[in-house]
Amino acid sequence: MRTLVRPAVLRTPRGRFVYWSLLVLALVLFTVAFILPLYWMVTGGLKSSAEVARNPPTYIPEEWHPGNYADTWDRLELARYFGNTVVLIGGAWLLGLAIQLPAAYALSKLRPRFGRVVLGMMLLTLMVPATALLIPTYLTVTDVPFLGLNLVNNPAAVWLPAAANAFNIYVLKNFFDQIPGEILDAARIDGAGALATMWRVILPLSRPIIAVVSILSITALWRDFLWPMVVLPDPAKQPITVYFQRIADTTSLNMLIAGMVLASIPLVVVFLVFQRHILAGLTAGSLKG
Amino acid sequence: MSTPTARRRRLGEHVTAYGFLCAALVVFAVFAWYPAVRNIVLSFQEVNFVRGSSWVGLENFRRLLDDPLFATAWRNSALFTLYALLLGFGVPFVTALLINEFRHARAYFRVLVYLPVMLPPVVVALMWRWFYQPEGGLINEVLGTAGLPTPEWTNSSSTALISLVIASTWANLGTATLIYLAALQTIPGELYEAAELDGAGIWRRIWHVTVPQTRFVILMLLLLQVIATMQVFTEPFVMTGGGPEDSTVTVMLLIYRYAFVYNDFGAASAMSLLLLVVLAVFSAAYLRVTRGQQK
Repeated sequence: MRTLVRPAVLRTPRGRFVYWSLLVLALVLFTVAFILPLYWMVTGGLKSSAEVARNPPTYIPEEWHPGNYADTWDRLELARYFGNTVVLIGGAWLLGLAIQLPAAYALSKLRPRFGRVVLGMMLLTLMVPATALLIPTYLTVTDVPFLGLNLVNNPAAVWLPAAANAFNIYVLKNFFDQIPGEILDAARIDGAGALATMWRVILPLSRPIIAVVSILSITALWRDFLWPMVVLPDPAKQPITVYFQRIADTTSLNMLIAGMVLASIPLVVVFLVFQRHILAGLTAGSLKG
Repeated sequence: MSTPTARRRRLGEHVTAYGFLCAALVVFAVFAWYPAVRNIVLSFQEVNFVRGSSWVGLENFRRLLDDPLFATAWRNSALFTLYALLLGFGVPFVTALLINEFRHARAYFRVLVYLPVMLPPVVVALMWRWFYQPEGGLINEVLGTAGLPTPEWTNSSSTALISLVIASTWANLGTATLIYLAALQTIPGELYEAAELDGAGIWRRIWHVTVPQTRFVILMLLLLQVIATMQVFTEPFVMTGGGPEDSTVTVMLLIYRYAFVYNDFGAASAMSLLLLVVLAVFSAAYLRVTRGQQK
């Protein structure tokens, strides 16, 4: 594909020299900027607590303590906080899909009266970022209208607000709009009701967009910090991210680092394995949105 | 909806449709629409959990204006946004431009810049807090080896804010880079060829072809970034706690303090309302831009 630089230029000796110097420079610069910090974390977790605090620091650990990682896992009770995280993210993701998929299907294919008004009101919430509505949403969670429930310290305090995601509904609805009506008519003639049509016709066709929406939701939940910190004050209920912030000043540095490395591994590995799909889905999702 | 057949559709079909919609309507009503309206109400109330809330007019706003930190927080958030634009806006564009020209290692670059997005912001903030240690921290070690000055970073009120911006840019530039990269790949090659025939050098091709062709994406990301950085919370909360000397107290940090430290939910709501008005201006601009593109 033709880009900014003329292909012929790249074949001249001078062009080739500039190209390769730029490439090598960029490789060195980006590796230092993005790999060195991660290397520093992983080796920091391997150092003794005396070595990790040393000035000047050591680039290669003098003594290797791989046992730090196992110790950290046990002493910081990481299994439990990982479990909390999985419950929070998994629940919010599944509940989100269970609410957003039927809503998008109804708005796209069943087209009820005032459907456009409903969609417009949902999209309006995109103008008001969730973080800025922290206070009233928190007060709502402490005393849910009509039910009088206090959801503080309950995973539902994370699940329910996350389900009110207009962006996901919009992206799903746009995708469903592309599915031709004839397929749905065929299903109806076969005697399928609305629910069966959604389950057996729409959802199997929508796997790619469901994957995109899932990736975006899960990463957003994984990155969220302020909301879970505020609605889950009970230390035993907190996700691993809130937990790290809470113990940061009272835990020895090498253990904190080892813990953060362990916490980062799952999503980084998932990303490295599926990076082609994730990056493709991400750019598609954001450009269409 | 206005065709006669649609109007004659049986009531049952609308009921079915609302059956599919009802769960979404409930969560939006309770956790999105109601809080948005309630924020306005709370701004003019004194919130008391025991005795119930009472109307106090503009009292909350008056209390905010009396707080010297109010102006500081707005100035810091605005500066954070400005620095993040200067730093975080040019870097992803140039990075994408470079990667797009390379014929080698493209996948490596793409994975590299996006890797930090997979780390939770808390982890990024905690690790950078450690890297920034003036003595024995990674950053000053690298800078010292290269013979560059070694500032105090988050320990000095003059560099703390920019330190947070650098950490946040490092963590977030992957998303913008990949979106630019996708946009660059949609530019038709003939445009560059035509510009060349007109004698345009590489800089003029960037200015007269690349930038205008990606104008929409640039504007979209600009607005999204302003909206995101005006709400910055995690970096100052975790890395500096607002210090030193209040140099990193941001709007969201002050809102958090009013609510969860001073227990003054009225003033916190009043400040949120002001933030929402500011953000709504940018959101409206964003919607206009994206709508305009779709037509």
